[in-house]
Amino acid sequence: MSFTHKHILGIEQLAKEDIKLILDTADAFKEVNSREIKKVPTLRGKTIINAFFEASTRTRLSFEIAGKRLSADTVNISGSTSSVVKGETLEDTAKNIEAMSPDIIVIRHGHSGSPHYLAERVGCSVINAGDGTHEHPSQALLDLMTMREHKGSIEGLEVAIVGDIAHSRVVRSNIYALSKMGARVRLCGPGTMLPIGIERLGNVEVCTDMREAIKDADVVMMLRIQMERQSNIMIPSLREYARFYGLNPTNLLLAKPDAIVMHPGPMNRGVEISSVVADGVQNVILDQVENGVAVRMALLYLVSGVESMQTK
Amino acid sequence: MAKILIKGGRVISPAQKLDDICDVLIEKGKITAIGKKLDSKGTEVIDASGKVVTPGLVDIHVHLRDPGLEYKEDIASGTLSAVTGGFTAVACMPNTDPVNDSQTVTSYILKKAADEGHCRVFPIASITKGLDGESLTEMGELRALGVYAVSDDGKPVSNPQLMRRAMEYAKPFGLTITSHAEDLDLVGSGVMNEGPVSTELGLKGIPWVSEDSATAREVMLAEFTGAHLHVAHVSTKGSIDIVRQAKKRGVNVTCEAAPHHFTLTDDAVRGYNTNAKMNPPLRSEEDREAVRQGIADGTVDAIATDHAPHHIDEKNVEFSIAMNGIVGLETALPLTLKLVEEGVIDLPKAVALLTCGPAESLGLPVGQLEVGGAADITVIDPNLEWTVEAQKLASKSKNTPFDGWQMKGAAVCTIVAGKIAYKRG
Ligand SMILES: [Zn+2]
Repeated sequence: MSFTHKHILGIEQLAKEDIKLILDTADAFKEVNSREIKKVPTLRGKTIINAFFEASTRTRLSFEIAGKRLSADTVNISGSTSSVVKGETLEDTAKNIEAMSPDIIVIRHGHSGSPHYLAERVGCSVINAGDGTHEHPSQALLDLMTMREHKGSIEGLEVAIVGDIAHSRVVRSNIYALSKMGARVRLCGPGTMLPIGIERLGNVEVCTDMREAIKDADVVMMLRIQMERQSNIMIPSLREYARFYGLNPTNLLLAKPDAIVMHPGPMNRGVEISSVVADGVQNVILDQVENGVAVRMALLYLVSGVESMQTK
Repeated sequence: MAKILIKGGRVISPAQKLDDICDVLIEKGKITAIGKKLDSKGTEVIDASGKVVTPGLVDIHVHLRDPGLEYKEDIASGTLSAVTGGFTAVACMPNTDPVNDSQTVTSYILKKAADEGHCRVFPIASITKGLDGESLTEMGELRALGVYAVSDDGKPVSNPQLMRRAMEYAKPFGLTITSHAEDLDLVGSGVMNEGPVSTELGLKGIPWVSEDSATAREVMLAEFTGAHLHVAHVSTKGSIDIVRQAKKRGVNVTCEAAPHHFTLTDDAVRGYNTNAKMNPPLRSEEDREAVRQGIADGTVDAIATDHAPHHIDEKNVEFSIAMNGIVGLETALPLTLKLVEEGVIDLPKAVALLTCGPAESLGLPVGQLEVGGAADITVIDPNLEWTVEAQKLASKSKNTPFDGWQMKGAAVCTIVAGKIAYKRG
């Protein structure tokens, strides 16, 4: 089958077949990443602009490596060096980027909907690398790739996601992706962090007790608690948060014995995840990071419209 | 000044309990006769057969942006937009630059409206100086200048003690307090209605309780002080309910609803449409239905647009940082007539909600159609079909969520003080 999407704005717009194709393509690219010379000529002559208007280290790095391994020319604009801080509008930024004729813009932005805004105003492909509290499609895809590697299939999996659901773009993208692929999602977090109607986004159950959420789960995904974002009216203390919403060796026993533990990073050890669990045998956190590069290679390749992967 | 005869229309004036096919004669700015088969000799005849003739429409909630924000709108363009939409009188909010908190600014608006305006303009002054929420404006003097209502619209008075004193002080002057009822602490940094759509779009929500709790406070303070409270742009089920119950208790309260709130829901925000961003925000279907119910059962006294022009540069940005508000003067009439089409209200009720209802809410001396009264008249073709084209609006600003909408019904002739201020065609 062929990939018909020019942009990757969110998982919401993707069909099950699209997701499957992305994951299969990522599997093929993953092999490239294990070679001595980790480079294929797939996107030679293509220009990718990584426009990161919000601080991010790992996602930007992952996209940059993905682009370079595909032989594309990658250029980074970051929040601190871009003209955004000088008060330029996103529209003018879009026009300026457009004038440099890139083939793909990868955008990370603090405002939900910014990639959609950009896609309406530029001629090239736009990939959303995280917009506000809306979506983070490449993260969900690398999560699914990791689950599929460890569990064989996504269908029928019970996936618990615990933490600040309200402010998480990772959650929204994962709900869409997992629901489309036939998994069930259980969400848990403090009452202040469970947004109205989240269960309507997919095959979702909201649990008020973390133990209920992780019981017999195949996957336990912990979300980073954004320390800088929390004022003391969202949660009383990190200490209490860790007690009721943190993953530790005891409550992890409630999950299936072969359950995997995931985290989109960066982790707050001792808050949402204890170090014992973070470094334990069930954690697949570094697999997620590794798969991130392969998934992003797949996305860049698929939106580019290039005929062949040229991995030989 | 020529005599004008409006001939053969269905004349509806709810204040006069008038609903009949007849003629209306206008001389020297006044209505001199209403009756069957009036003599047309020596008059300019407006053929109103098949049309509806009403008192000039009244909008008690507009932002004319003048003084200070003329790049969005000014008194000339805003009142032109008004007469194009069938309005012969508007009450303009004080959040200009400088704020209308003084006799100077009020006089400026009145003078400019007299010189350049296309319709009547009633300035609403602020409750507090500079909208600072701290000290009262000189309401007595403002009233003497022709101010009928005071409001800190857009920057609601948060201090209940101050609101109490404002009501107590305004009451003996016969001033209405128009409240934009909103608890800003509960609004936080919200940018759209809080609900499943805000969750889906990842946008910060404005919960209904931020409006309901503030409406409840205002109603209780009005009950306590006996002052006349007018609640602006009621958008939630709870607020409608609070006003309904208060009226039953005999509280001196009126309220208005905006066309966008009884027409659209927060669904319209999907796609991050900044022209669907306003305050109060578009709410849920349940809220929209409750507002319509309130209109039907008389809880809502007036339809008011909250006409809020913004420059394209203030809307062509990411949703979270776009300005709140939409223009409404040129789409209010057909959207109200849609309520008639949909069986929510009948035509005389629709006319009341756009004429005597709003006039009485602020105590404005307009909204009537009677012999001896000022000839402010709107001739409406209720069957005229047309398409909204944002770029062709008379307002300086084009921020409407109704661009491209098929509308039915429009003002074909707007007469202000006996002069034809607008003629469609
Ligand atoms: Zn307001």
